[in-house]
Amino acid sequence: MALWDLENADCIVVMGSNMAENHPVGFRFVVEAQRRGATVIHVDPRFTRTSALANIHAPIRSGTDIAFLGGIIHHILENDLWFRDFVLAYTNIANIIENGYQDPEETGGVFSGFNADTGSYKQDTWQYKGKIVPSSISEHRVPTRDKAKGGDFEAMTEGPPPTDPTLQNPNCVYQIMRRHYARYTPEMVERVTGCSRDTFLAVANALTRNAGRERTGAFCYAVGWTHHTVGVQIIRAAAIIQGLLGNIGRPGGGILALRGHASIQGSTDIPTLYNMLPTYLPQPNVFNEHGTLQSYLDSETPTTGWWANMPKYVVSLLKAWYGESARRDNEWGYQFIPKLTGDASQLPMTLSMLDGVMKGQFILGQNPVVGAVNSDLVERGMAKLDWLVVRDFAMTETANFWQKGRLVQRGELRPDDIGTEVFFLPSSLAGEKEGTVTNTSRLVQWHDAVLEPPGDSRSDLWFIYHLGKRLKQLYADSSEPRDAGIQALTWTYPERGKRAEPDAEAVLREINGYTVADRKQIPSYLQLKDDGSTACGGWMYCGVYPADGRNLARSRIPDATGGPGSHAGWAFSWPSNRRTLYNRASADLDGKPWSERKKMVWWDEAAGSWTGNDVPDFVASKRPDYRPDWPTHPHGMDALGGDDPFIMEADGKCQLFVPSGLKDGPLPTHYEPVESPVRNAMYDQQFNPAAKLWTRPGNELHAPEDPRFPYVFTTYRLTELHCGGVISRVTPHTAELQPEAFVEISPELARELGIRHLGWTVLSTLRGDIEARAMVTERMRPFRIGDRTVHQVGMPWVFGWEGYTSGDIANVLLAITGDANTSIHSTKAVTCALRPGRLAGPGGATHAA
Amino acid sequence: MKKLRQTLSETVSGFLNDWSLPRQMAGLDPLSKAAESMTSRTLRPRLEQADTVGTSICPFCAVGCGQLVYAKNGRPIHIEGDPRSPVNQGTLCPKGASTLGVLLSPQRINTVLYRAPHASDWEEKPLDWAMERIAHLTKQVRDDSFVETLPDGRVVNHTIGMGSLGGATLDNEENYLIKKLFGGGLGMVNIENQARI
Repeated sequence: MALWDLENADCIVVMGSNMAENHPVGFRFVVEAQRRGATVIHVDPRFTRTSALANIHAPIRSGTDIAFLGGIIHHILENDLWFRDFVLAYTNIANIIENGYQDPEETGGVFSGFNADTGSYKQDTWQYKGKIVPSSISEHRVPTRDKAKGGDFEAMTEGPPPTDPTLQNPNCVYQIMRRHYARYTPEMVERVTGCSRDTFLAVANALTRNAGRERTGAFCYAVGWTHHTVGVQIIRAAAIIQGLLGNIGRPGGGILALRGHASIQGSTDIPTLYNMLPTYLPQPNVFNEHGTLQSYLDSETPTTGWWANMPKYVVSLLKAWYGESARRDNEWGYQFIPKLTGDASQLPMTLSMLDGVMKGQFILGQNPVVGAVNSDLVERGMAKLDWLVVRDFAMTETANFWQKGRLVQRGELRPDDIGTEVFFLPSSLAGEKEGTVTNTSRLVQWHDAVLEPPGDSRSDLWFIYHLGKRLKQLYADSSEPRDAGIQALTWTYPERGKRAEPDAEAVLREINGYTVADRKQIPSYLQLKDDGSTACGGWMYCGVYPADGRNLARSRIPDATGGPGSHAGWAFSWPSNRRTLYNRASADLDGKPWSERKKMVWWDEAAGSWTGNDVPDFVASKRPDYRPDWPTHPHGMDALGGDDPFIMEADGKCQLFVPSGLKDGPLPTHYEPVESPVRNAMYDQQFNPAAKLWTRPGNELHAPEDPRFPYVFTTYRLTELHCGGVISRVTPHTAELQPEAFVEISPELARELGIRHLGWTVLSTLRGDIEARAMVTERMRPFRIGDRTVHQVGMPWVFGWEGYTSGDIANVLLAITGDANTSIHSTKAVTCALRPGRLAGPGGATHAA
Repeated sequence: MKKLRQTLSETVSGFLNDWSLPRQMAGLDPLSKAAESMTSRTLRPRLEQADTVGTSICPFCAVGCGQLVYAKNGRPIHIEGDPRSPVNQGTLCPKGASTLGVLLSPQRINTVLYRAPHASDWEEKPLDWAMERIAHLTKQVRDDSFVETLPDGRVVNHTIGMGSLGGATLDNEENYLIKKLFGGGLGMVNIENQARI
């Protein structure tokens, strides 16, 4: 949803985020909604400024979000508070699941299909009865048994998945969900999360009161949800609530991810990520059926829904990258694309450095010594590299670990033990370079180059372009087949000025796409082809530069007061300048708005098309009463009805129950964090059985209830200091406002341990020890969990030894563990020890006194 | 230039001129000009000196606040929220408001620094030298570590000998070329950024 659409919400739950402090300007839309009468709720372990401005603050113990959200799902189902017309038509609530499906209720906490030896699931018992459902998520598709084109996915074209609209079938999604969430009672929520039954019910009532035809609610989350081994499932739990309440694709409805960097959304869409090619195409994997382009497309392309268009996007990408060298007879250059052999994400990359596999590393505007978990292990890994290139605008802890790092400070390593060759290249900042960034609402905004970059500072575009030019030169004369990819790579961009700065607009034009024959900009991805006649670097961004001289990311025309409020003339939001995804759901089955108050797009019978205040997220001319002609085995969008708004899903339905695509179960289930001071009160299974664990020396984990580490530890940011921190620690204004690291401790725990406010404390885990001054504050409250008290402590992770303000690195304490689906690390709920005092010995403090 | 030394009479008359009460009494309207001192009368808006203004987007979080960057001779003199932007309507948070301070940070580094293996300090190097050396090191690791096929003959055409980290603070065009060169050109698979964490 668009940030400004939050104004239209009648209830907003901020959870897994301290929005007022970390996205202050975004929070003004929450305040505006509240001014118009919305109920604002903050669910968070700490009392923060977000809590202070909320109508309800519901404190929960870190890592128990699914117990809380599952409680809301239970409340909705058992009290029949779901939006019946919306849910029956637009979700898979009536779908019948395979007979072999077993719920954690029956098995002590795992789903059917679990293999304890590999720690992974087979998803065949989670499927719609008689179907194999393709997933819409790249790298997460179920392998098909049938290798022919379309494979088992062809069953999706033979008829609609079986349903029971009466919801009586014991294996329909409704009945499965009722059984699955039966134990998530208000009493259980209180026992697991520590949030009182009354406060929980106040939250559940506020959400359900503000749902239906006339009212909508929104969730806002940040890394407080993602940084867990069950991160994806926490978000899924919110998606189920929003599906049941009809809060998707409608004004003021949705789930807003509050992302942390200027273009973190853009770098996900046009990914510098290992598992995807631009705009959510799967990176080929040698262990899947990806040996040839044809087998890759056959096994990855869903037969039904929008993703059936995938071959056009893949071939157009290959044409953009390899130009004339991409020909039909060489699979359009498909073999130049490297294939994965496993998880190549950041966490295993650290281990790969330690193991001496990775020899060289580029760090482009990131600071892993501060920002990555298990900071000491990151330092040890970098000390084994042959070379390290760091690009930033000021010195970072990562760039000078060999000189000032913790290992050197503590005497474990001396600089002359470290053979890493290190380059620090100064970078330009926004204002000194031009290009686009994509905000948290998919808004692609251009920024101008107004300033001269100082000295040898250069944009990263300059760096990567000129590095590429040099490498192409170095490989120009090679006749090795392995070098054909770099030789074929299209790398001609106009250079400007005395620095030979490559033209960012030319790159954006390539991302947008063009016709190969006459190099005309393509206005829409509807025109992309799989025959090599179109080139497109990122199909979802197609339309951002639709014609010569029309850079829509640079458009700056906001709506006037009283306008539609979608601000369609302000920059460009992918796809096709839509501001709200799945907005077909804002109209009822017949295409009429659910209510006048909540209208967004609707069917115009006279014009024979969808229209409204936003670009309709649907086939423009598809009638609401269109039904697939099943005897003809329809493919693609022809297989979705005129009342199937969720077009990226193979069946066009909101997936309350996910048959394919998730690696840790079709329904969110409460597991304790890998490190927890308590036993799982809900299941025998203690933590996510599919969590990614890399237990090895230097990365030991705390067992559940380990008495040496009794406290829950969590980390967060500060309004004044940004993420890895260097950018705001070297800026006098912001550094002055947060002069020193601290740990937040409740008065009760401080009393128990003899810690006084502003006194020194030592925090310890099996990964390392750090020290910080105590901030004794009632913002932290002890939790009553079952029959015992659980204390939680928290610390900003934004400090390091560089800049005007310094402090120990919180990430020293954390272990490398990963979410089952995304490999995202866990920073929000681990366990630690805490004592008053300072670290003993010289160099105890890693920063100057 | 502001005069640093003042005579006693200048000080007294300056005080009387600056004191709001006599000015209010003497003025046509006792409510006007009350707050205007000699200093503020001679102050000029900083933006008057700007020879260029352009739009920018705040470099911190992903809310995407619009900014206006004012420059004189290629150097920044002022940055403020873009009042036209429906995202921020001219407002900025404490971090966004510090953007000028980021650009002008005394701790900013403008030269290439190089640390030779086992060395105990940095040394400055020319940019061109560093680019050439990095290109050669990249080629060397790639050539040493490139794998065309697994032992069973399946084609992988990749290198896991190098990695790249970062992108969430960069532009889309930069991310695109990083993935294109490192992935599509060199065969690197270890390409990651902050979105994962």
